[in-house]
Amino acid sequence: MIHISMETGLILAGILFSLGLLGVLVRRNVIFVLMSIEIMLNAAGLAFVVAGARWGQADGQVMFIFILTMAAAEVSVGLALILQIYHHFKTLDSDAASKMKG
Amino acid sequence: MLQLLWLIPALPFFSYAILAIFGKRISRNGVAALGVGSVGTSAILTILLGISFLTSPPANYAFSQTLWKWMDVAGFSPGITFYLDSLSLVFIFVITFVGFLIHLYSSEFMQGDEGYSRFFAYMNLFVGSMLTLVLADNLLLLYLGWEGVGLCSYLLIGFWYQEPENGYAARKAFIVTRVGDAAFAVGLFLLFQNLGTLDIQNMLQRADAQWIAGSTLPVAAALLLLGGAVGKSAQLPLQTWLPDAMAGPTPVSALIHAATMVTAGVYLIARTYVIFQLAPVAMLVVAIIGAATLLLAGFSAITQVDIKRVLAYSTISQIGYMMLALGVGAWAAGIFHFMIHAFFKALLFLGAGVVIITHHHEHNMFKMGGLRKQLPVTFWTFLIASGALAAIPIVTAGFYSKDAIIWYAWSAEGGSTLLWVAALVGAFLTAIYTFRMVFITFFGEEKMPKNGTVGFRLKLPLVVLAVLSVIGGFINLPHTFGKFTPLFNFLEHTLPAIKVVHESLSLEFWFELISAVTALLGLYLAYYFFFKRTQFAERFNNTAVGAAIHRFWFTGWGFDWIYDRLLVFPFVWLARINRRDFIDLFYDGVAWTTQLLHKGVGLTQTGRIRWYAMGIALGAVISIALGVFL
Repeated sequence: MIHISMETGLILAGILFSLGLLGVLVRRNVIFVLMSIEIMLNAAGLAFVVAGARWGQADGQVMFIFILTMAAAEVSVGLALILQIYHHFKTLDSDAASKMKG
Repeated sequence: MLQLLWLIPALPFFSYAILAIFGKRISRNGVAALGVGSVGTSAILTILLGISFLTSPPANYAFSQTLWKWMDVAGFSPGITFYLDSLSLVFIFVITFVGFLIHLYSSEFMQGDEGYSRFFAYMNLFVGSMLTLVLADNLLLLYLGWEGVGLCSYLLIGFWYQEPENGYAARKAFIVTRVGDAAFAVGLFLLFQNLGTLDIQNMLQRADAQWIAGSTLPVAAALLLLGGAVGKSAQLPLQTWLPDAMAGPTPVSALIHAATMVTAGVYLIARTYVIFQLAPVAMLVVAIIGAATLLLAGFSAITQVDIKRVLAYSTISQIGYMMLALGVGAWAAGIFHFMIHAFFKALLFLGAGVVIITHHHEHNMFKMGGLRKQLPVTFWTFLIASGALAAIPIVTAGFYSKDAIIWYAWSAEGGSTLLWVAALVGAFLTAIYTFRMVFITFFGEEKMPKNGTVGFRLKLPLVVLAVLSVIGGFINLPHTFGKFTPLFNFLEHTLPAIKVVHESLSLEFWFELISAVTALLGLYLAYYFFFKRTQFAERFNNTAVGAAIHRFWFTGWGFDWIYDRLLVFPFVWLARINRRDFIDLFYDGVAWTTQLLHKGVGLTQTGRIRWYAMGIALGAVISIALGVFL
């Protein structure tokens, strides 16, 4: 079994989180924004797992399962919203939905 | 019977409330029945009450009735209490009785007016307030009535509010009297501060016991009360509002600006006479103001063209006589003249009202002429009232009341030759301007056709008041006519007896003869200059000096001009340069800063999710950095 140090794991999680954040900030397509959020969530989950492994406790993996559940719920709501946005604006550009009007 | 006293002011108030709330839904006859009926019932009650008061007088010749306690604050507890004595009885009789006749007259006079119910509502409110004023047992309740009549005066002068001038006249009346009212209010504070009560009888007793005659306090208190009286009674120097107040309907001028409200000042001084007796200086000021006012207004009346303005100046002048009487200490004579004046002046206004409505609301006397044949009843009653105003000897009531004042102006305690001369010249002027008005309006050639008919409800008040203008004087004859002075005797239960310095029947007779001759001479001059040889007056007016004098008197001795220059123009100028109100700058600044901040924060609300995400990310980074590095 290959031993991976905690630092490596946390750096990977940090890189993943930053990539996700960058995606949220620069992407205009809502679907890509949603996917970037998933990446950020998974980065957080990875950090939990790494920390759990470091101290030999199951809490980290329990938290990851919570995150998975939450992500599933979030994606279902998010996709429904995206469908509505597409119906309404005939585009997936998130900047198009910047007015608080019906 | 005396227990019914509260009903007298309550009835007009009740009728006012009904008319104010349901006036629009009541038919015209219903409005008239309610408006006239309530005051009429009050008048009947007053007469019954007066009879019972005279036949079985209450203890001390005074009756007081407390309805409820008004308030109770830190030892100050005025009640809603009515106080009836000989002075207030005379006043409520005049208010309700003359008020009833004028209401009856109004029910026909205002027939075609769309504000019929509004008119009667205001008139009833006025009668109620005036009765509160004269029946009040404490000065606070009196002040309530005082302000109430001021409000009604304002509302009724501006009754035809569509005309901007009427609104202007109403505001002028309100603001000018307010100057006096402010002095009156300060006087009330002073009295309460020093005597600890506003209850009139207690207050007068305490003043008598605590104050030294001629010291500063009574003089200050008396002068402040006089300030209120001067404003309300249109005396010098606050007389300018009354001629303009003629903008109101004529019955209003008759009731408020001749018979009742303007004499409230006379009532106030008579009511608080003890304070004035303690302040001889103030008494002298009262007499001088009265004498100066009666002369000034008399000269102005000679030059007026508008029939109602002649009467307005003559009212100012006659109230000047009442003030003169009070000032020289002839208290009862002032009240006597008040009563007789209410009869004949109300009659003159009502007669002028008939003339005005039958001639297309024309006020200019020079456009009328020869109305003697067109309006016989009005002519004869107007002539009787004019005789009373000019104090034609023996046959008119005005002779008895005014000559009493002229006699006391010399012979009473505070009298002097100068005051007597002023009163005599005033009487001469009165006869001239009165008969000038009669000759111009009713004699000569007819210039305008009569329009409309004069009904029963217009004629009856004229006739009743004409009878009173003749026989009213017989209730108090001069000493030379025998010792028949029931009114003075009656009033002396409340007011102090007149102290005569020069008691002599033969002197009194000669003085009466002089004033009688003066009045007749005035009458003859009016006949000569304004009927027989009108060209003299015209020629005089065409000379430069004559025109200047004429203009000076016509504008009421330039008082309006002075007040405009001294008070109105500077105020308007200040208002103009301060149009952008500099105090508001601060508040505007606060509003402006808030708006700026709002705009700045508003800029961040773009609606773009990616900006929000950026904000959150940056915020997180900054907070973590602060947490880690600090």
